[in-house]
Amino acid sequence: MTDCQRSIHDLKNQKWQIEDRGVDMSLWEDYPPLKGKMFQILKPDGTLQPDQKNPLDDEETFKLFQKMLFIRMADQRALILQRTGRMGTYAPIFGQEACQIGSTYALQREDWVFPAFRELGATWMMGVSLKNIFLYWMGYEIGSRAPEGINVLPVSIPVGTHPLHAVGVAWAAKIKGEKIVTVAYFGDGATSKGDFHEAMNFAGVFKTPTLFICQNNQYAISVPRKSQTASETIAQKAIAYGFDGIQVDGNDLFAVYASTKQAAEKARSGGGPTLIEGVTYRFGPHTTADDPTKYRKEEEIESWKPLDPLTRLRLYLKERGLWTEEVEKRLIEEAQKEIDQVVKEAEAVPVPGVDEIFKHVYAEMTPPLKEQLDYLKSTLA
Amino acid sequence: MAKLNMVEAINSALREEMERDERVVILGEDVGREGGVFRVTDGLQEKFGPDRVVDTPLAESGIVGVALGMAMNGLLPVAEIQFDGFLYPCLDQITNHIGRMRNRSRGRFTSPLVIRVPYGGGIHAPEHHSESPEAILAHTPGIKVLIPSTPYEAKGLLLSSIRDPDPVIFLEPKRIYRAIREEIPQGDYTLPLGKARMVQEGKDITIVAWGAMVREALNAAEQLKEDKVEPDIIDLRSISPIDVETIIASIRKTGRGVIVHEAPKTCGLGAEIIALINEKALLSLQAPIERVTGFDIPVPLFKSEHYYLPNPKRIVTAVKKVMSF
Repeated sequence: MTDCQRSIHDLKNQKWQIEDRGVDMSLWEDYPPLKGKMFQILKPDGTLQPDQKNPLDDEETFKLFQKMLFIRMADQRALILQRTGRMGTYAPIFGQEACQIGSTYALQREDWVFPAFRELGATWMMGVSLKNIFLYWMGYEIGSRAPEGINVLPVSIPVGTHPLHAVGVAWAAKIKGEKIVTVAYFGDGATSKGDFHEAMNFAGVFKTPTLFICQNNQYAISVPRKSQTASETIAQKAIAYGFDGIQVDGNDLFAVYASTKQAAEKARSGGGPTLIEGVTYRFGPHTTADDPTKYRKEEEIESWKPLDPLTRLRLYLKERGLWTEEVEKRLIEEAQKEIDQVVKEAEAVPVPGVDEIFKHVYAEMTPPLKEQLDYLKSTLA
Repeated sequence: MAKLNMVEAINSALREEMERDERVVILGEDVGREGGVFRVTDGLQEKFGPDRVVDTPLAESGIVGVALGMAMNGLLPVAEIQFDGFLYPCLDQITNHIGRMRNRSRGRFTSPLVIRVPYGGGIHAPEHHSESPEAILAHTPGIKVLIPSTPYEAKGLLLSSIRDPDPVIFLEPKRIYRAIREEIPQGDYTLPLGKARMVQEGKDITIVAWGAMVREALNAAEQLKEDKVEPDIIDLRSISPIDVETIIASIRKTGRGVIVHEAPKTCGLGAEIIALINEKALLSLQAPIERVTGFDIPVPLFKSEHYYLPNPKRIVTAVKKVMSF
């Protein structure tokens, strides 16, 4: 874990020890999904909704801004690496930083995170190193291994299949009496899948401590959200499964954090699952293999730009006297330096030996695999 | 020692292992109150409670998907898929996740779970209740696939499967669920995974079969006595990994072989076994190897099922053909 990551964990642990921050527990009553009211605290102009307060203090807010900026830059770097042939196909998160940084900040270290494939921010926040994440996209198996004690699953590319695992882990935790929360991240497209339905249904029936966090970024590759489901909101789907759902402004760090925290507290205290729909926008392509000009217009992207999750935080922090151009410049320089180092280290990792692709298939290599490996080695000699 | 049929033997394995190890949980459709449609889990919910023997919603992919989650978080789930034909929705979870989790996470997360599935034909069941999907599963990396052929085998192999650190698909030949009774030791015993079993030793020809087909092969061997043909009968029992050694040793001895399976012929496991024999013992062969299998058609409804299923007559014919070279 880098210093950058550690500091945020320390900060969080400290906060939990000191106080329960007393987030309003009435979110589910105030924002019933069928009423079509989206939960927002921080408006795009950087001011707070009149009836809301920032659930984070200044120190935390600044720190999380720094994280979001760092992740945006790491994401941009990944894109450049791919474009220059130094990384494989990559799924950028540009625009979804608040959804991921805000939600993971509301979790505890022992919680489990089940990413889809666009969760650079969430997995990094939970303690997976940027180097590991980059290694995965650079084609190294080792990139999928989370460090001991960090319960982050490998990327799940088959869309919508992994929420079931989050339910299973949570269910086991419930049986074992562990006070953990499991969080499945997925997009709007995943909500069309059968396994999403089965996961939501199981979670509802067995009241598992599971958070379903849908980053509704408006597109499943090229198919817009409206063609994905006739439901007015994704959040309202929770009603059918007998638990709470909420639509939040996914570009609002505070709303994402507050709703996740409340959902996690509810889950931890035996209140069961929650579906959180973070309304956001994927500014970049689906992956580096995609050309978004085929399916969306420049004007549409322009219309989302004022809603950028970082822009409103800058305005907010500036108003609090915590952000200036110089501060931003310094943060960018620091981030660049750290990312440079990560890329350097990742690119220095040698191609693994051939044994590596065989040795983790079973606990103990089976005779047929051993024979195949021996054969393969003989062809390499 | 008690005389048990396969249903009772599996039940006793589950009951004893749940007593020994509180991490073992059972989940599936109708496995609790009903005790399973074949009564394999009969009485277990009563004994261990609804948290350890769980009636799930009717969702096969969900059952195995959550079982993977449970396994990753320290439990030893034994999931039941009610019938073979309902295993197909699980293939996404099995191939994309269950079989890969250890490898993908470089050993950080593992899937020590068992998926039990009553499989195969011969019980006059409705459509989609008589499938033999073992070749699909054998083609899937990261999982083990077992098929017991007797009550004794079923108990020992299931106990080994539950304790195995890798995911095991346990296909139970439902046709012989209650057809055979044999002495089963009370208490703990295990049988090795990945090993075939020599059911009957002969010298003239090797018959490889598994599941309900072992009994068909034994019946064929009875008839072959008249012709003074003495076969080796191998119960493959481990579909993945295949115990190549046992097959090859037998073929080297007999020089002839017949493979029997219920599954469709094309790309069935018989083809793989023949390929392995070709790689390792071609020059020991005195005749081409014959396959006695199902056909490349959907399993017919039960009035026509007898056309489909391999039987002693077809096995005897195949053996005689191979012996004629």
